Amino acid sequence: MTENVHTGSIPDERPPANTVGPIAWLRNNLFNSWYNALLTILIIYGLARAIPPLLDWLIFHANAIGTTPQECRANGGACWTFVSEKLRFILFGTFPYEQQWRPLVTIAIIIALVLISCDRRFWKPWLGLAWVAGIAAVAILMWGGVFGLSYVENTLWGGLPLTLMLSVIGLSVAFPASILLALGRRSQLPAIRVVSVTYIELIRGVPLISLLFMASVMFPLFLPTGVNIDKLLRAQIAFIMFAAAYMAEAIRGGLQAIPKGQYEAADALGLNYWQGMRKIILPQALAISIPPLVNTFISFFKDTSLVIIIGLYDLLGTAKAALSDPAWRGFYREAYLFIGVIYWVFCFSMSKYSQKLERDLRRGHRR
Amino acid sequence: MSMAEAVSTKRTFPAGGEVIRCQDVHKWYGEFHVLRNINLSVQKGERIVICGPSGSGKSTLIRCLNRLEEHQKGNIIVDGIELTGNLKNIELVRREVGMVFQHFNLFPHLTVLENCTLAPIWVRKKPKAEAEELAMKYLKRVRIAEQAHKYPGQLSGGQQQRVAIARSLCMNPKVMLFDEPTSALDPEMVKEVLDVMIGLAEDGMTMLCVTHEMGFAKSVADRVIFMDRGEIVEQNTPNEFFNSPQSDRTKLFLSQILNH
Ligand SMILES: Nc1ncnc2c1ncn2[C@@H]1O[C@H](COP(=O)(O)OP(=O)(O)O)[C@@H](O)[C@H]1O
Ligand SMILES: [Mg+2]
Repeated sequence: MTENVHTGSIPDERPPANTVGPIAWLRNNLFNSWYNALLTILIIYGLARAIPPLLDWLIFHANAIGTTPQECRANGGACWTFVSEKLRFILFGTFPYEQQWRPLVTIAIIIALVLISCDRRFWKPWLGLAWVAGIAAVAILMWGGVFGLSYVENTLWGGLPLTLMLSVIGLSVAFPASILLALGRRSQLPAIRVVSVTYIELIRGVPLISLLFMASVMFPLFLPTGVNIDKLLRAQIAFIMFAAAYMAEAIRGGLQAIPKGQYEAADALGLNYWQGMRKIILPQALAISIPPLVNTFISFFKDTSLVIIIGLYDLLGTAKAALSDPAWRGFYREAYLFIGVIYWVFCFSMSKYSQKLERDLRRGHRR
Repeated sequence: MSMAEAVSTKRTFPAGGEVIRCQDVHKWYGEFHVLRNINLSVQKGERIVICGPSGSGKSTLIRCLNRLEEHQKGNIIVDGIELTGNLKNIELVRREVGMVFQHFNLFPHLTVLENCTLAPIWVRKKPKAEAEELAMKYLKRVRIAEQAHKYPGQLSGGQQQRVAIARSLCMNPKVMLFDEPTSALDPEMVKEVLDVMIGLAEDGMTMLCVTHEMGFAKSVADRVIFMDRGEIVEQNTPNEFFNSPQSDRTKLFLSQILNH
């Protein structure tokens, strides 16, 4: 305030009192016209009606952990015993109880891999190797049968590891595939272009559910009898195919935004097609595509819950199964709130991370 | 106006053979006949200025020389290699031919230094340290070394164009093509870019330059080529070209650009 560049004859003045401060803020933002004032009042009224009962159920009348279901039902508040009682089943599904450290370590490995991949300093070739090693470790942990681990059939897998494996493995395979599809769609070679466009438009024109049904019901028809591809693998392939088509379109948007001059400069320097794409075009195009890509990532993460319709028990599936225990029937709100929070934590982290990445990539670059 | 006359008397370096040869080159955009019967021979060390009205095909011609555009008839031979659909040959030609664009086309996601080292590292397979040393040498030469770690978006237009010139020089090209390198610049920045180009010319770089900077043409060019409606109408030494133009189209063009 004391450091003032202004050296003219008119001294600095504070802005008029009615344009600053909380009162002014309220007037400018909530009551700046009669219909906004009306909306504000309606919303405040609605919140006043909704929040107290919600808090009451969630906190004030909630049942402490350890209460029996009968007591919970009599009391009426949230029954967190349900969550603590069913926690391991919801998180790990029907994986053998005493072996559940294995899916726990799986979750830790996957989350650790994702976290280190988030840091741009680690975007080096060894990161790819880390992924391969990590996924191998996950496979060994989940299946077992080696190193003294008992064999666990993948029909017993479920809960959070299943959700994470479907989405993380799905996205990490679909992402490179989608780059190829997006480049293919803009290729000079008609055959490659036609194949890419046909693939993308076919997959985008079909709901994910029907793709999953096809993977589980129709796909075996095409295979010779005796050959049987695992149901989980089929679902994983369906997801990859689906995500790749959507992400390819997000990336195409980025590619189209790159000025022609960038391609020409890359060509004129003697870079070949792949060098130009890798060093010049894709880094810029992918940076532009971050918002739509993250959008796809998030919806894809949530869409893994659709595998329930082909009989796989992801997080949502195990929560539903937990509810079918006769002793604990009826605690829907607790179950769905719990997994809702888990989904939200993952999706919100993705969204926050993408904002940070966008900021980092934009820093310094353009005018 | 034979070839022999056209080759300059001003050259301080001996002619070292032919670098570019175009024979009866034609190009069409769809039905539109944009280049017609282009015959051109450029000797090593020659400095050529190409001028002509807007839309006459100047950019198209020099973009054909590194195959950013494809010609449909005739032959173009650059550094002894004929430009055809052969991708390997195209890449070989492009690494010997530098190009500077009207709108700079620097890579905005890379620093100035990275812009300059990219092609030497990936195309010439130079070690990173060597490429950086080379880049700093050329950045010094265009007098912008102190900005090496900035991003292009942080530089002025004139500075960006000088970086673009340094980026091309890092490939040690045998020929440099310039497509109106100063026409997107604010007037006060034109000189700093022209000075760099004059320096290059003095060092004996073979240059083809599309420009309307007639002062540059007079002082630097060995030969001025005038194009109109896709044809080379006239080519001559700057002295002859400006003082006694042969064709009416040239006279009209000169009267327009010198009087405005
Ligand atoms: N990609 C293109 N497709 C169709 N016509 C083009 C294309 N590029 C240039 N042209 C046309 O070709 C003619 C010559 O263009 P250009 O070589 O850019 O002229 P100059 O550089 O002399 O101003 C112009 O009439 C222009 O409209
Ligand atoms: Mg032009």
